[in-house]
Amino acid sequence: MQTLTIFIYLFLVALFVLGIYGMLERPNLIKKLMSMNIMQVAVIAFFLVGGQKIGATFPILTQELSSAAHYVNPLPHALMLTAIVVSLSTTGVALALMLKIKDHYRDLEEPNLFRAMEEEEE
Amino acid sequence: MIQIITEHLPALTIVIPLLFATLAVALAYLTPQLARWVTIFALAAVTVFAGLNLRHALLEGPIRYSFGNWLPPWGIEYVIDPLAAGMTLLISFVSLMVIIYAGSFLKGQTRLRQGVFYALYLLLTGGLLGMVSTGDLFNLYVFLEISSLTCYGLIALGGRRATVASFRYLLQGTIGASFYLLGIGYLYMMTGTLNMLDLQSLLPAIISTPPVIIALVMIALGMGIKMALFPLHGWLPDAYTYAPPQVTAFISSVMTKVSAYVFLRITFYIIGASGTAVEGVLEIMGWLAAVAIIAGSIMALAQTDLRRMLAYSSVAQIGYIVLGMAIGNFWGLIGALLHILNHAITKGSLFMVAGGIKWKTGEYKIPGYTGMADKMPLSMACFLMGAFSMIGLPPAAGFFSKWYLLLGAVEINNWVFVAVLIVSSLLNLYYFFRVIENAYLKKREETDPINILPQAKSLKPELPLSMLLPIVVFGVAILFLGIFNEQIVSSVLIFSLPKGVQ
Repeated sequence: MQTLTIFIYLFLVALFVLGIYGMLERPNLIKKLMSMNIMQVAVIAFFLVGGQKIGATFPILTQELSSAAHYVNPLPHALMLTAIVVSLSTTGVALALMLKIKDHYRDLEEPNLFRAMEEEEE
Repeated sequence: MIQIITEHLPALTIVIPLLFATLAVALAYLTPQLARWVTIFALAAVTVFAGLNLRHALLEGPIRYSFGNWLPPWGIEYVIDPLAAGMTLLISFVSLMVIIYAGSFLKGQTRLRQGVFYALYLLLTGGLLGMVSTGDLFNLYVFLEISSLTCYGLIALGGRRATVASFRYLLQGTIGASFYLLGIGYLYMMTGTLNMLDLQSLLPAIISTPPVIIALVMIALGMGIKMALFPLHGWLPDAYTYAPPQVTAFISSVMTKVSAYVFLRITFYIIGASGTAVEGVLEIMGWLAAVAIIAGSIMALAQTDLRRMLAYSSVAQIGYIVLGMAIGNFWGLIGALLHILNHAITKGSLFMVAGGIKWKTGEYKIPGYTGMADKMPLSMACFLMGAFSMIGLPPAAGFFSKWYLLLGAVEINNWVFVAVLIVSSLLNLYYFFRVIENAYLKKREETDPINILPQAKSLKPELPLSMLLPIVVFGVAILFLGIFNEQIVSSVLIFSLPKGVQ
């Protein structure tokens, strides 16, 4: 059981790197935003996986209280709720910015945006 | 009442901007002037509280404030030691000055836009203040994201190109914050705590294990992106150039410095700079900083837009601060801390002058500054003071921080750093002299006069008083910081140093 956890971490690393690669390689702004979300999800899942214990259950009091080893560590879950809200807000701001970019430039592809920006004067 | 205020000072410095941010939009719908006065009042109160915190931290030792009486390590606490208190004072002072400066730029905009500007600005200030005051790593991440998101919003107010610049900054800033979050994830899994003082006691035992080394590298990467260390600086030139002038004045002053402060805090205070991994990371960061100084200065030479030149100059100046941290001995850290203070005031004043000139005459390219000193003598004098500080001429403030960095580099016999520091001063001189030569030494052609924009037509002083006052205050502050730098070093900075370096 211990040796299998390495695959979860490798998968999350692959997800993180995939997110960053997507942000670099894709020219469309929406694809960049989606890749950013994938990267953030990888970090969130990393925290949660780190809080797991063997044979433990979710940290909700259903029967009488047993030892701490019986429950999964709830602190990463609380921290990641904050991180999910941060990811949500960042996505909201990014989408609002993209609406404005679409308004101004009629285009959401980065090379075309750069070309249009170069020809602009203040 | 006074008792309640003095008891909860550390919390009040954060809570007041956040509270008034929500109030500002509502007040702006009554009158925008009311929102402006309330914002100025809030920031002035925060500045006073920050000063009181600094006094308390210097006289009676660090303030440890736990929220809701939940003691650490279960609760989140704020630790105001002299370094944090000094940073809060710097942030709140610059914030107050720039909001006074920003008044004329907001005239004529809709009430919603003005209210939202004040709200975002107060949230940014609150986020930055929280970042420097907190004693908990995850709380720092929360405030980092608060300040980053409001910064993206503020930059995007600058027009068409500013939205694209803000979007690219959003993508890169989020990568930085995610690296930082990943780093503190590793630290949490290795030690089980996120409290900074707790980590300080738990980490020395496990300092050489791979997860802690990885955590350090990730945090260094994340903070490197946020403080625009070369080669992670890609977002900075566009963001500083296209943002509205009042926003650039603020974010160029403090945002990158706060990320540098976080890096300093984690490497020197929490992990401790004597572990081998930390020394390795600092050495690499030092070489990157040396390249940043030279590359930033060379890129600044190539620019025709003054704001872009100042942005690349910022890339170089952050290199000085990281160089001081990499040097790592007493003089290096004193130089780095003093340079944080000096550069905040200097860059703020330079961008405020550039914004004022753009507001009055529409000029933002360096050739357009020809003969500007006749039309705007006081602003150009403050620009000259700022230029002297950036170049490193006594008695301007910049000379002294560079001098301490040189002392530190000589002490560890790193002659490459010494050469980098000296050559960069020459490069700074070159690109600032182009502007000074145009403004002071060249005469404007008769056929091409400086045109005053309609919004500035009927002014008797060269700029509105709300713009001129912060510019002059910063210009004089540069001179005072230079003349009194010894007092600042011996009464504040020496107590801000980490334990191993004193």
